[in-house]
Amino acid sequence: MNIHAKTLKELSKMLINKEIGAVELTRCFIDNIKRQDKELNCYITVCEDEALEKAREAQKLLDAGKNISPLCGIPFAVKDNICTKNIRTTCASKMLENFVPPYSATAVDKLEEKGAILLGKLNMDEFGMGCSTENSYFGPVRNPWNTEYVAGGSSGGSAAAVAANLAVFTLGSDTGGSIRQPAAFCGVVGLKPTYGLVSRYGLVAFASSLDQIGPIARDVTECAMVLNEIAGYDPMDSTSVKKASEDYSENLDQGIDGMKIGMPEEFFGTGLDPEIREAIFKTAEALERNGARIEKVSLPSLRHTVACYYLISSAEASSNLARYDGIRFGYRNPYAKTVDELYKLSRAEGFGREVKKRILLGTYALSSGFHDKLYIKALKVRRMILEDFNNALEKVDCLIAPVYPTAAFRADEDNSDDPLTKYLSDIYTAAVNLAGLPALAVPLGLDKCGLPTGMQIIGKAFSEKILLRAGYAVEQITGRVAGVEKRHAV
Amino acid sequence: MRLSKLQAELRGWKNGMQYEVVIGLEIHAELKTKSKMFCGCRNVFGGEPNANCCPVCLGMPGTLPVINRQAVIYAIKAGLAMNCKISEFSRMDRKNYFYPDMPKAYQISQYNIPLCHDGYVEIETDDQTKRIGIERIHLEEDAGKLIHDPNGQKTLIDYNRCGVPLIEIVTRPDIRSPKEARLVFESIRTILEYAGICDCRMQEGSLRADVNLSVRPLGEKALGTRTEMKNLNSFRAVERACEAEARRQIELLEKGLKIVRETRRWDDAKQASFPLRDKEENPDYRFFPEPDLVPIVVDADWINEIKASLPELPESRRKRYIEQMGIPSYDAGLIASNKAVSDFFDEAVKICGNYKLVSNWLMTEVLRLVNEKGEAVLPKLTARRFGELMVYCDNGGISQASAKKVLEMLCETDEEPCQIIERLGLKVQRDESIVESVVNKVIQDNPRAVADYKSGKTKAFGFLMGKVMAGLKGNGDPAQVKEILARELKSSKD
Repeated sequence: MNIHAKTLKELSKMLINKEIGAVELTRCFIDNIKRQDKELNCYITVCEDEALEKAREAQKLLDAGKNISPLCGIPFAVKDNICTKNIRTTCASKMLENFVPPYSATAVDKLEEKGAILLGKLNMDEFGMGCSTENSYFGPVRNPWNTEYVAGGSSGGSAAAVAANLAVFTLGSDTGGSIRQPAAFCGVVGLKPTYGLVSRYGLVAFASSLDQIGPIARDVTECAMVLNEIAGYDPMDSTSVKKASEDYSENLDQGIDGMKIGMPEEFFGTGLDPEIREAIFKTAEALERNGARIEKVSLPSLRHTVACYYLISSAEASSNLARYDGIRFGYRNPYAKTVDELYKLSRAEGFGREVKKRILLGTYALSSGFHDKLYIKALKVRRMILEDFNNALEKVDCLIAPVYPTAAFRADEDNSDDPLTKYLSDIYTAAVNLAGLPALAVPLGLDKCGLPTGMQIIGKAFSEKILLRAGYAVEQITGRVAGVEKRHAV
Repeated sequence: MRLSKLQAELRGWKNGMQYEVVIGLEIHAELKTKSKMFCGCRNVFGGEPNANCCPVCLGMPGTLPVINRQAVIYAIKAGLAMNCKISEFSRMDRKNYFYPDMPKAYQISQYNIPLCHDGYVEIETDDQTKRIGIERIHLEEDAGKLIHDPNGQKTLIDYNRCGVPLIEIVTRPDIRSPKEARLVFESIRTILEYAGICDCRMQEGSLRADVNLSVRPLGEKALGTRTEMKNLNSFRAVERACEAEARRQIELLEKGLKIVRETRRWDDAKQASFPLRDKEENPDYRFFPEPDLVPIVVDADWINEIKASLPELPESRRKRYIEQMGIPSYDAGLIASNKAVSDFFDEAVKICGNYKLVSNWLMTEVLRLVNEKGEAVLPKLTARRFGELMVYCDNGGISQASAKKVLEMLCETDEEPCQIIERLGLKVQRDESIVESVVNKVIQDNPRAVADYKSGKTKAFGFLMGKVMAGLKGNGDPAQVKEILARELKSSKD
């Protein structure tokens, strides 16, 4: 039935018009997961029975036919650090291998209330720490475009699942680029919303002041439709923002005539793959032809991003992950004789190498004697970065920038003697999280190796509508990235 | 006695050295909000272990705290009641440590910007008012309770108390004796009760104190090495622990030994403190701002609103009693130290304006009843009925003895004082002709006593007085009876 070629809107129409049933559609996706996911490893948990049950309920809503949400009956999946009631939520860690939360994240609740159908839980870098989804207790995720390459991370499962038609849309989480980078690697659209737009309740914290849940889908419109459902104030999350709700999917095609788009010079310097630079420049020219005004802007403190990001995110992580001590939930070493031994052994065995590295780094940054020199200084730099963005965004409506210095890299690269290169590559994405701003990653086509390239559009706080409108314009220029769909047809 | 002994010890040791004790208190008070600090769980003492818990207060992955506005209001109330400045901008911080009683492995507390700071409380020492500085009052959450299996095999955890809102009140090291330490603790307890923010049940742990104490040679400016004592859950324990610790430190110094900076646990049964076996004496809590909560912003309007909701506080009442009502300082202090008694007094004097009479009756008869029957006797009596009874006493409408009788009866019935007085015929009899006739009858019936009186035995007058009063069923006005009896005796035939 060429399900893979249908957009979310088209699928919704088919469901409403009874051209396909919710159970049938769900079954299509579950079959596709069974067929393909052995190779890709996007899913940690597939909840087939629950999904089919939910599909039957959604069908009742569709049959009743009143006030039907466009997401009703649409199969989706979420990153495995987003809590799902009665379905295990592992964070891709041995520590939480058997953790079954008695509650769902607010974002999941909101989608399920609308009749969207949860297919399962998606693979990721353990606790969101990594950029390749290779730091998973459940094995690495492979890139659907070429399985010798990584899918990106940490929401690698979320991006690859969308690219390979293993869900119509997914939720990821973005702490330093974890939605945008895998979206770019997999040729799909990923949105990191403004900090506070989407409730973090039920998102297992990595770095609380940076984390944000966001949608990943195959096009901008779909992302906007999902954002419509998950955005909004949540009394359970004090950092979520009270503001009037917006329809993010309306007027996407309004065009970009007169839109001022900034290109921060610091984002296009050395280290950026020339092919990606070329692709972005070509897109910028096309946008200009469509009426946008491209301006050069500057973000001088960008060079401090990586140090600042790794200090703050690791400091918060060291505290957020301290609760995994083997006492109440999660992995417990069965042989410990004392409480100290229980802590040490459970944490030593339950956490992977990268997580332990970050906990050590963060603990160090907060320790007395280093606290002021590292953590407090990082907070100051964070303010500088925000001011730089504010200054730049005063002159323009949004910025365009690369997501990552390269396209997807090869899987199983041995980086053990060079731990910093990967950290440094977060430079384009992490600054956005430090500033709490929204950013939309959109695909720009394929590179010489046949791997997707992408760019991100960064905006002022709560300017998602502008980003989505700009993203839509880019999509009109580059087209939906085709190719992978044939390999992974439903 | 113990106190004076310590004072003697402070003043003169073998080598003639005199010492001064320097004490600061850290008082933890649980706030009596309906729900916990960061979740909707009920804030109640006890209950089935782990019955009042939810994913949030258990720190389960993905959950987030949401601050209880009432707890913030209560903490501000405490600050205002202790004359503190309120921070316009403060925030919660994370205090990181591993211990099974804290499920998140960090306590949400306040570190460098407490909600309230730089206040004071006043205590009365040797008829002097002494001001003790309050350095800060901050808001934090309580931890759970560990219950160790007596066989030593297992430790069980009850998280019911986990997440209960607490304030920590930190005094400046302005306290100079164990007695002052007790007085400060008592004064803060009274203030918290007045403000209605803590039920101050020390046996349940809702109010507890830690003591920081050091000694130094009298006249020395620098502070000595201090120790911290924990687990002090009564006023007496605070005083005794301070005495014992001061003595222990002085003895060490006298032997030429050094005081070790350490945390000690007071054992009230053994009347001694013991060092806690802490592996890490100065743990690094790695404080940083709690990213899951937004800053607490308090504006002047909000502060004024909270201020307006505070009742008149004990210190102000005490001063009012002394200065405006002429009540003796001791009595004024005692009445003001208990909100229920003080409220009772204030309402009663609205009805009977003889402040001294009312305070005397309150201090003797009413407090005796409170001691016998408990504080519940006050609402039973009602201040209004007590005030009305005092009106009778004040204008001589009934005798002292009758008033005591009526007071007792008011504890048992809902009758009005006037009804009881009427029913039992307790009104003072002042009708001169009636008194005269009783007097004359007594003179007639007791010729022997009359003769004794006339022969100069003044004792006989009292006997005759008693007879007359009895004849008036105890309702005579003693002055009037005396006058008429003397007159009639003089005019009676020999």
